[in-house]
Amino acid sequence: MRRFLDAVGDAPRGVRIAGLVALALLAYALPLLNPPIITTPESDFRAVLFTVASYALVALGLNIVLGYAGLLDLGYVGFYAVGAYTVAVFGSLHGNLPFPLLMVLAVCITTASGLLLGAPTLRVRGDYLAIVTLGFGEIIRLVALNSEWLNGARGITGIPRPPSVELFEIPRLTWEGWVAYVDLGDKSVFMKFALLDATPYYWLTLTVIIFVLFADVLLQRSRVGRAWEATREDEEAAELNGVPTFRFKLLAFAMGAFVGGMSGALFASRQGSINPEPFVIQISILFLAAVVIGGQGNRWGAIVGAIVVAYLPERFREASEFRVLIFGLALLVLSNFRPQGLLPPRRRRRVNRETDRKQQMEGGVVHG
Amino acid sequence: MAETTVDRAGAHRAESAPLLQMQQVTLRFGGVVALNEVSFEIHRGEILGLIGPNGAGKTTCFNALTGVYQPTSGQVVFDGQPLGRRKRYQINRLGIARTFQNIRLFQNMTARENVLVGADAHHRTGVLNALFRLPRHRREEAEGHRLADELLELMDLGHRGDDLARNLSYGEQRRLEIARALATKPKLLCLDEPAAGFNPVEKQRLMDLIRRVRDMGNTVLLIEHDMRLVMGVTDRIVVLEFGKKIADGRPEQIQNDPAVIAAYLGVEDDES
Amino acid sequence: MSLATFLDLTLSGLVVGAIYALFALGYTLVYGVLRLINFAHSEVFMWGSFAAVWLMMAMGARSGMSIPAAIGFLLLALIAAMAVSGAIALVVEKVAYSRLRHKNAPPLVALISAIGASFVLAEIMGLRDKIAGWVGLDGVLAPYVARARDTTSFPNPLPNVTLFEVADFPVRSNQLIVLFAALIMMVALDQFVRRSRLGRGVRAVSQDPEAAALMGINRDRVIQLTFLLGGLMAGAAALLYLMHIGVTRFNVGFILGIKAFTAAVLGGIGNIRGALLGGLTLGLAENYGSLIFGTEWKDVVAFCLLIVVLLFRPTGLLGESLGKARA
Ligand SMILES: Nc1ncnc2c1ncn2[C@@H]1O[C@H](COP(=O)(O)OP(=O)(O)O)[C@@H](O)[C@H]1O
Ligand SMILES: [Mg+2]
Repeated sequence: MRRFLDAVGDAPRGVRIAGLVALALLAYALPLLNPPIITTPESDFRAVLFTVASYALVALGLNIVLGYAGLLDLGYVGFYAVGAYTVAVFGSLHGNLPFPLLMVLAVCITTASGLLLGAPTLRVRGDYLAIVTLGFGEIIRLVALNSEWLNGARGITGIPRPPSVELFEIPRLTWEGWVAYVDLGDKSVFMKFALLDATPYYWLTLTVIIFVLFADVLLQRSRVGRAWEATREDEEAAELNGVPTFRFKLLAFAMGAFVGGMSGALFASRQGSINPEPFVIQISILFLAAVVIGGQGNRWGAIVGAIVVAYLPERFREASEFRVLIFGLALLVLSNFRPQGLLPPRRRRRVNRETDRKQQMEGGVVHG
Repeated sequence: MAETTVDRAGAHRAESAPLLQMQQVTLRFGGVVALNEVSFEIHRGEILGLIGPNGAGKTTCFNALTGVYQPTSGQVVFDGQPLGRRKRYQINRLGIARTFQNIRLFQNMTARENVLVGADAHHRTGVLNALFRLPRHRREEAEGHRLADELLELMDLGHRGDDLARNLSYGEQRRLEIARALATKPKLLCLDEPAAGFNPVEKQRLMDLIRRVRDMGNTVLLIEHDMRLVMGVTDRIVVLEFGKKIADGRPEQIQNDPAVIAAYLGVEDDES
Repeated sequence: MSLATFLDLTLSGLVVGAIYALFALGYTLVYGVLRLINFAHSEVFMWGSFAAVWLMMAMGARSGMSIPAAIGFLLLALIAAMAVSGAIALVVEKVAYSRLRHKNAPPLVALISAIGASFVLAEIMGLRDKIAGWVGLDGVLAPYVARARDTTSFPNPLPNVTLFEVADFPVRSNQLIVLFAALIMMVALDQFVRRSRLGRGVRAVSQDPEAAALMGINRDRVIQLTFLLGGLMAGAAALLYLMHIGVTRFNVGFILGIKAFTAAVLGGIGNIRGALLGGLTLGLAENYGSLIFGTEWKDVVAFCLLIVVLLFRPTGLLGESLGKARA
């Protein structure tokens, strides 16, 4: 596994880019290919794909906060909820703004809420941030639940969808064993945003993910990314070398909120109706688990983690009663036997390689 | 016209005034008086040695003048301005950089990245500049890399740029800390026992390096345990004992100062 | 608002607060020595509560028993809850922490590991009917495992009598028993940590792990002891919770655990007396807050209080005393 990852990491730039493009195309094609084994027999595969994509988006945002800047945010679901509720409130309950405007508004409001939460709390010690953010996430949910203005537990319906441009229809594949048929009776319309077919939402989210990935790369390889990393490594040393750490932590928080809010907004639009129920703390913990399982600090790891967390339980619905149990076991096993995550950042792998080499030279054991 | 005159006068005053003044600085931790009304000055272009037995308050002195701790009373004046309640990064940007007695690098970043973080102290690139790769980002990035390569070369780390800080040898890590501090373009470079744990040859090489850094126009404040070494490299020496300044003068004077000899008797070699 | 309502809210706030405090000790002690949030502590509490319920059911406890017998039953339930919680806490340490500690894994990984342990422990309880079915015991154990995802009630054999009245407000025996029992347990623990040799080890490791190691203190032993102590206290808290609230459930620990942890942070984490102060403050604030804003805003009041306190006193009300703040 590690050898494969290293090979990927060391491949020439051209090969890597070609690989990524192929991967992206495959990702876009997934809902049409409906491939056996991967497809989810007991739930709508397209809906599952959308869920996985929105988790991946959230994980990318949380990875900035947690993986880059090292801030333990246990209330990330709060931003997700703020994004979702912004769209619902101004698109249906107390307004009827069009979707594109709602998206912008959602992003602005979540970012502002990130700044608002971060400005006072990022000054407290790192460990306490966890409980403060956890409290924030709960407060957001409880406000949604108890506030009449937000319709309380009844939730909000009639959330607007993105404008559809119905250009053409694309048939999808059905499989009988290993033989694929083009199923002309089951087509996806490009791009018709509706309740039944989640494919356009999936494509939209995937596109957002790709943009976020680009932004993530550009930021990480700049003064901003270095400042985050330095802050995570040793806040005091960073500060004494001229890094305004508080400002950069706040920035990470705001960026994370931005991305989380986008994901929440897409989620609300896809559902068409929302209530406070899906925004419980346990979901924050799932998000956190996605980032840590994947390997904090690695954007690809965050995506892999999101797939593990969102896809596997849907794939193995047979065991649905035992989902949480299996998930808990998986967390235990993964963290104990692969503490650096499934896909640790490249540099971390390099360290491990060196450590192994040193241990080998000293006649020590090589860890797996 | 008038403005230029004022400027020149101001510049002139700044040139002749000491770069840093510790004025009656006292620092208490609960009952412990770590610094007791300590006053001294650092002049531009000199290498000032700060010596004293373990626990004398040398590191605390660094902490007071880099903003890690606020003095209980007294003040630090740097380049004509009292530091007041400035934030640590602001003090660094004013021109004070330091290293740490126990190395504190960004262990999971490469050597070059460590230095780049220092170089970024004077950069302004923010999210927009970075996202759209605007000219400012490109200019600052190029400038930072140039500076980093230069400093890594100076510190004899040219070949280690792409290695993680934690994979460097002990001596390399100490030199990398100096490179990172220099990258912030300090007017005053504070080194906290930079040669601790070095053998005599390495120590000598480091002292040569420090002199080179000074000759490039820097002012250096050096904490060092090894008396002989300090004698060879410093222009002036301040001696602390139990948080009090007990001597301040040229190395020859310090060497023969009875109070210093008393303070150092029997403790000189406890480090090695 | 009548005086009676106010007294009612105050007393029940103190009772709940004392339970929070007892529960919070596990978080505080473990945080002191490991600098980690023991996320699985909530399940330690939950298992203790079931131990108490099951023992009562097995012994056939019911209301209307003689007072001495009822007290005896409750004491046995206390021992059972403490024993089971203590054992679960040790299991958590072994399974979720010890391996990672020896590997020097980053703290976040330990947090995830503990979250995993928490899910597993809660789900085992929530699926106990299925699990009993696998081994063919669901028939025999029916009263204990049936309806595993619903609430189970605690047959409290002790009558809840009105002891006296203050301004028309009846003070009931249960509340006072719970309050005083919690306070006694806390004082006992405080004294243990302060005075006993083992307790001194805990404090030494909290304050300076390296120095403690140099002085020959076995860190692993101390850590196990810490988990055990936290578990015992959580078990006691579980029984008192049952006496006060009357029911438990497989997921009862989650929200309660967050509250208890909040109490620990509020008082100053790592600080035993801080846990008491934090717990009582939180209990009272919740009750008064619900009086002012309505019951549904209770949790919002609790979390807002936490945020405000941390802003003005970043190390909690009493500061961190078990361990010293890191520079
Ligand atoms: N953060 C602190 N809290 C309490 N005491 C401290 C702290 N920092 C330093 N001291 C005390 O101040 C004194 C001076 O320490 P230090 O400046 O590190 O000495 P030196 O660097 O000269 O060896 C010592 O007695 C030390 O214990
Ligand atoms: Mg020192």
